[in-house]
Amino acid sequence: MGKKILVLPCSGIGKAYGEIGRQATYELAEDLKPGQVDTLCLGRLMIRDPEALERMEDSFVITVDGCAKDCALKNVEATGKKVDKAVRTLEVFKDHRDLKPEGVLNLGEPGFKLAHYLAEKLSGEVDCRMKEE
Amino acid sequence: MSEAIVEIPQNPKPVKVGIVPCNGEEICAGSITRFACRKVLDELRKGQAVTLCLPLFIAGDKGERQFATRFPTITVDGCEKRCSAISTEKLSGKPAYSFVITDMIKDAGLELSESPRTFSESDKEAVDLVAAEIAKKVDEILGQEGDE
Repeated sequence: MGKKILVLPCSGIGKAYGEIGRQATYELAEDLKPGQVDTLCLGRLMIRDPEALERMEDSFVITVDGCAKDCALKNVEATGKKVDKAVRTLEVFKDHRDLKPEGVLNLGEPGFKLAHYLAEKLSGEVDCRMKEE
Repeated sequence: MSEAIVEIPQNPKPVKVGIVPCNGEEICAGSITRFACRKVLDELRKGQAVTLCLPLFIAGDKGERQFATRFPTITVDGCEKRCSAISTEKLSGKPAYSFVITDMIKDAGLELSESPRTFSESDKEAVDLVAAEIAKKVDEILGQEGDE
């Protein structure tokens, strides 16, 4: 296998969308695509941590943002790295409007279901990147 | 003729404190900074604290970058890289106080799990511990007695 895929969620803390992106990333990396997908602290990009930048340079990068501010996308771009795919959690919500997360961080069953749907979408994106390679 | 004297406080006390956790995605301690911050905001010091997503210092507008000049700010980091403290100071303003939570967790005899995804009982205790320490610091900054 060649390049690894790094998925970077925004981890927004004001609304549940940030936590859903984060939980979806963990499900993707641990359950759906173990060994193929990893994540990276977004904060390490902000301090230009050399090891984090190196890992990103050698990987496909998918960002997951919870709002239109696109923090994950913009923080990756600010390092000079091109993002291979930018996903917004809202893309999943519009197909599952009946599911309402219980809290900002304590998502409850509906929130975790949304995270699961998002993880499946991300899994499809991973497959696309793998085919490209 | 007497003149009315209006006293304008030179250093008015802040009414709210900003809390900026690192949210580190790779480590359990990053998740703990996040949950502890929300616990302070939603339960321990409701109405006295606000937060901002750390990466907004780069992605946001001028108003968001002025966060640390508008509020005395507490940064909460999960490791010695101190991403939140360094980024806040560089991109917004010097924090009023900076926590790195690893020492306080170790001092309390707690051992964190390996997972940033799900919390063990010990991780949950660490959330409570860190939240209580942040709340104490909020009180100190606001000049109040804590009610913990």
